[in-house]
Amino acid sequence: MFGIYLKRELSRRKKAALVIAMGLALGIALVITVNSVSAGMTQAQGKVLKSLYGLGTDMTVTKSQSAPKAGSSQGPNFQFDAKSSSSTKQSSDRVMTQGGQALASSLVTKVAAQKGVSAAVGAITLNVTKVDGSFTQGKAKSSTSSSSGSQQQGGPGGGGNSSGGGQPQVQGGGASFDVNSYSAAGVDVTDQELGPLATSKITSGKTFTSSQTTAKVAVVSASYAKSKKYKVGSTFKISGTTYTVIGIATPDSGDSTVDVFLPLKQAQALGDAKNKVTTIYVKATDSKQISTVKKEIQSNISGTTVTTSADLASTVSGSLSTASNLATSVGKWLSIAVLAAAFLVAALLTSSAVSRRVREFGTLKALGWPSRKVTRQVVGESMVNGLIGGALGIALGLAAAYAVTAVSPKLTAQLGSTGGGTGGPGGGPGGGGPGRQSASTTMEIALSAPVSLTTIALAVALAVTGGLIAGAMGGWRASRMRPADALRSVS
Amino acid sequence: MYRLTGVTKRYSRGKETVEALRGIDLTIEDGDQLVIQGPTGGGKSTLLQMIGGLDRPTEGSVEFDGVDLARIGETRLTRVRAENIGIIFQSFNLIPTLTAQENVETALVPLGVKPAERRERAAEALRSVGLGERLGHAPAELSGGQQQRVAIARALVKRPKVLLADEPTGNLDEGTRDDIMALLEGLWREHGLTFVMVTHDSSIARRAPRLATIKAGQLTLTEQGDGRYAQQSSVS
Repeated sequence: MFGIYLKRELSRRKKAALVIAMGLALGIALVITVNSVSAGMTQAQGKVLKSLYGLGTDMTVTKSQSAPKAGSSQGPNFQFDAKSSSSTKQSSDRVMTQGGQALASSLVTKVAAQKGVSAAVGAITLNVTKVDGSFTQGKAKSSTSSSSGSQQQGGPGGGGNSSGGGQPQVQGGGASFDVNSYSAAGVDVTDQELGPLATSKITSGKTFTSSQTTAKVAVVSASYAKSKKYKVGSTFKISGTTYTVIGIATPDSGDSTVDVFLPLKQAQALGDAKNKVTTIYVKATDSKQISTVKKEIQSNISGTTVTTSADLASTVSGSLSTASNLATSVGKWLSIAVLAAAFLVAALLTSSAVSRRVREFGTLKALGWPSRKVTRQVVGESMVNGLIGGALGIALGLAAAYAVTAVSPKLTAQLGSTGGGTGGPGGGPGGGGPGRQSASTTMEIALSAPVSLTTIALAVALAVTGGLIAGAMGGWRASRMRPADALRSVS
Repeated sequence: MYRLTGVTKRYSRGKETVEALRGIDLTIEDGDQLVIQGPTGGGKSTLLQMIGGLDRPTEGSVEFDGVDLARIGETRLTRVRAENIGIIFQSFNLIPTLTAQENVETALVPLGVKPAERRERAAEALRSVGLGERLGHAPAELSGGQQQRVAIARALVKRPKVLLADEPTGNLDEGTRDDIMALLEGLWREHGLTFVMVTHDSSIARRAPRLATIKAGQLTLTEQGDGRYAQQSSVS
């Protein structure tokens, strides 16, 4: 009788049942969408952080760059000879460490020995600025006419001065040069599970072997290899040393922040930072104890900055951050509000339906139906409404999540700093470039909206809860009804 | 057997208290037929509610087979109603979404009768009131007289000791009224039920063996001899 009665009642009151179910469906769909988009945001942020840290890295240890001393220049310094002939090409490399003040390599062992640390690997980050070009010496002339100038890019190097008429003047001269700046990282070839190369997969050639600690070999990022047309076996020079490309690395997500990977010792030699590292990559024994390990390292190794994924996540800005904030704040409250409204509407409609059925329930009670049987009938109808709403809500929510994934809106993520360092402040022209490059990394991430089983379970739980709340309110009213009401309604 | 002693019922309507029944004393023997008559608002339906265990008196006792319905718990009172009392309402009070057969079955649900037996007994009860061909019809597909027959079948399907009817012909035309009264009269005689009926129809009240007239909450009892509905009307 319960099933037949329930089925007949729901089919008779289709409109009311649909209104209740649709209200709940809307709330549940919104919860699924917000949840899945939030999960997508988390995934996107994870991708951003992973591209910087690599899988398995829980935190990095760095040392902030000290302020430059007054009068000192920390920008790149290039040495060129002014030749009389413009056909002579000259090239000069300037290699600078970046990503903070250098740390002694011995600190890696010290960090590794800290409580809660599973592994620690040191790495050095370099900025290589390569200048290729030709420089032409100016010529002295006694003419007072104005400088005819060089057709080349007018540089101050060839510029003369004019101190008065009749005096010999330097005319002509100038420079034509290309500046190529890229980042390089020194990798501990004995442990590549952690460190800058851990974020990439070798898609061509091979990675370093543990014996290549001093080998003149390099792994280059896929994007850099493409721009320079490097292949496995290609060679290139840094500060006069020739390196052979042995592998091409493709980052797991986004763009690589490092163009060239070198064995750590080679990079240290290039950066004039023997036994120095700029970043120590740390893996904790327990991912839940990261903050404890951070405190442990900071208290035991003074003067260092320990940056965890959570710290780094807080520096993420751009549309990803905005969207993430929207999803977690506005989205969360919106779905709570809609859900609460849906529950309230369902409860009120159920309660009002019970009021309209006073005679019906009163009659059943007069016939000897116990209150629990009448309540069960009301709650049953309400639960079915809730489950229909849940099913509709799940379908709507899945459709919305699918639509988000199909459209894959692009979000940009800007990271305030990488590895806690702020990069070199730079002294001369162009010197600030690499420093700022490391201080702010922009990545473009496609947003997806994955729907987990937990989200589906949450939706079902919400549907049941909605049905129960509405049923409880209606059932409570029905249970309080007296059988005499059935007679009174006609007297 | 019913024994009502000093039954008083007061209702609160805002600040006002209305006394619907004032110290009613009444005895109804097993198999009796009693008609309660009186003006609207006189307390006749309230008295029926006390007899049917649908409401409790403010004062006094309503003994049914030695059990005071005014004192027993709600669960037990519900059980007494389910097992012993069949009720017929003026507006039929059928569940609109259920068929005639299912409506009759609802009276057997609280008794825990199994579905197959429930269906069989409901069909039999409907056949006994002349609706054997209307088992699957919804109330809306039946006439007023047919709906009241369904309600009578629902009241009788559980084989109650007592049949209560609250203005059972109040919503019916004259012809149908006589048919229904003849049917009720026949069933009362056939099943040996205790039959208590509320009516404002004097023509029905005049023919009842016992007539209780209730005015302003007070009852006057008149013995009128044997009922004559069956001789005057026939079941259609």
